[in-house]
Amino acid sequence: MDINLLTLASILFAGAIAAGLIGALSGLGGGVIIVPLLTILLKVDIKYAIGTALVSVIATSSGAAAAYVKEGYSNVRIGMFLEVATTLGAVTGAWVAGWLPAETIAVIFGFVLLGSVALSLRGRPESALAEQPDPLAMKLQLNGTFPTPEGLQSYCPTRVPQGWAMMFVAGILSGLLGIGSGALKVLAMDQIMKLPFKVSTTTSNFMIGVTAAASAGIYLNRGYIDPVLCMPVLLGVLLGAMIGSKVLAHAKVGVLRVVFNLVLAALAAQMIYSGLTGSL
Amino acid sequence: MPEAPNTWTEERIDQMLGNLLRTGVVLASAIVVLGGILFLMHDGQQRHDYSVFRGEPREYRQPTGIVGDALKLDSRGIIMLGVLVLLATPFARVVFSLVAFAIQRDRVYCLVTAIVLLVLSYSLFFKG
Repeated sequence: MDINLLTLASILFAGAIAAGLIGALSGLGGGVIIVPLLTILLKVDIKYAIGTALVSVIATSSGAAAAYVKEGYSNVRIGMFLEVATTLGAVTGAWVAGWLPAETIAVIFGFVLLGSVALSLRGRPESALAEQPDPLAMKLQLNGTFPTPEGLQSYCPTRVPQGWAMMFVAGILSGLLGIGSGALKVLAMDQIMKLPFKVSTTTSNFMIGVTAAASAGIYLNRGYIDPVLCMPVLLGVLLGAMIGSKVLAHAKVGVLRVVFNLVLAALAAQMIYSGLTGSL
Repeated sequence: MPEAPNTWTEERIDQMLGNLLRTGVVLASAIVVLGGILFLMHDGQQRHDYSVFRGEPREYRQPTGIVGDALKLDSRGIIMLGVLVLLATPFARVVFSLVAFAIQRDRVYCLVTAIVLLVLSYSLFFKG
């Protein structure tokens, strides 16, 4: 697009506010919206888009994690232990991204986004908390407590190795696509390791910043992180996410959630189409 | 063995961790806002085609280059300094956790945290 940088920054800022807002309300985070916004709507090269998205992901997750850690929901030991998997995955993903063609990355992105939308729309199947404590989990002190209206409730994860393996995959996708991979992280903790949902979502958020930083350093070094794109996107997404979390606390967002997820599904289809036809 | 001081309870550590994260994000955003204003005032009328990937110039790819440019009050350099502070925030969080686990004499988690720190350092100081 032949526009000056002031106009570009203004469009990006407005788009990023919307992305932060939709990210918070759809439960999928801002990263998955930034990449299609930049590549499909503004015709920005996907390498710049991924670099920009990673930076905004670190900002929103760190901002939200600050609040959750203080409230006592996030389990720092579980987070730390699983971050070994996600950071190793993220470095692997960033490395793979270096030699995959842009079209292939776009197609993978589209399918991952479709999968995330499906997970988000399906909602959460009730999963009973683990009854048999995992010996590995006990050895690693992964048990914990979290605040409920009835007082502190204790929990202990199960199937730790399987959860760890899933986190490695989440890390690869994060590093490859510039997203937080929050949906997959929650799946690993909530469904595989049978952790309470609130502990899963907040610990996932806590981990996203470190995971994204593990690949962002490599992207910075490759010259994928551009100041002119990052400035409006970073600030816009933060602002949008703040507004979004305020709205979430006060409104029933069931219908909005479905609408936003359908918009994301359309963007995913567009990414796959552009990748397959080479029209990125 | 003397009792560990009460200041390093789990709750206290969580509070400090939260403050660290919040400070990092606020500081990074403030620097980016400052650089952004300077940039739009001076270079807002420029044009650039982002549909073709060229990669950033050498100095924006390394922490030392970014700090050098920011000190020269180059507006793009200042924005990149903000981005660097943002990237350093999770890194600082992991360093803080390592210190906290060391004070708690938790050997297993010192090791776990050290591995994460090693992977992060590899990425942040990566020379491709």
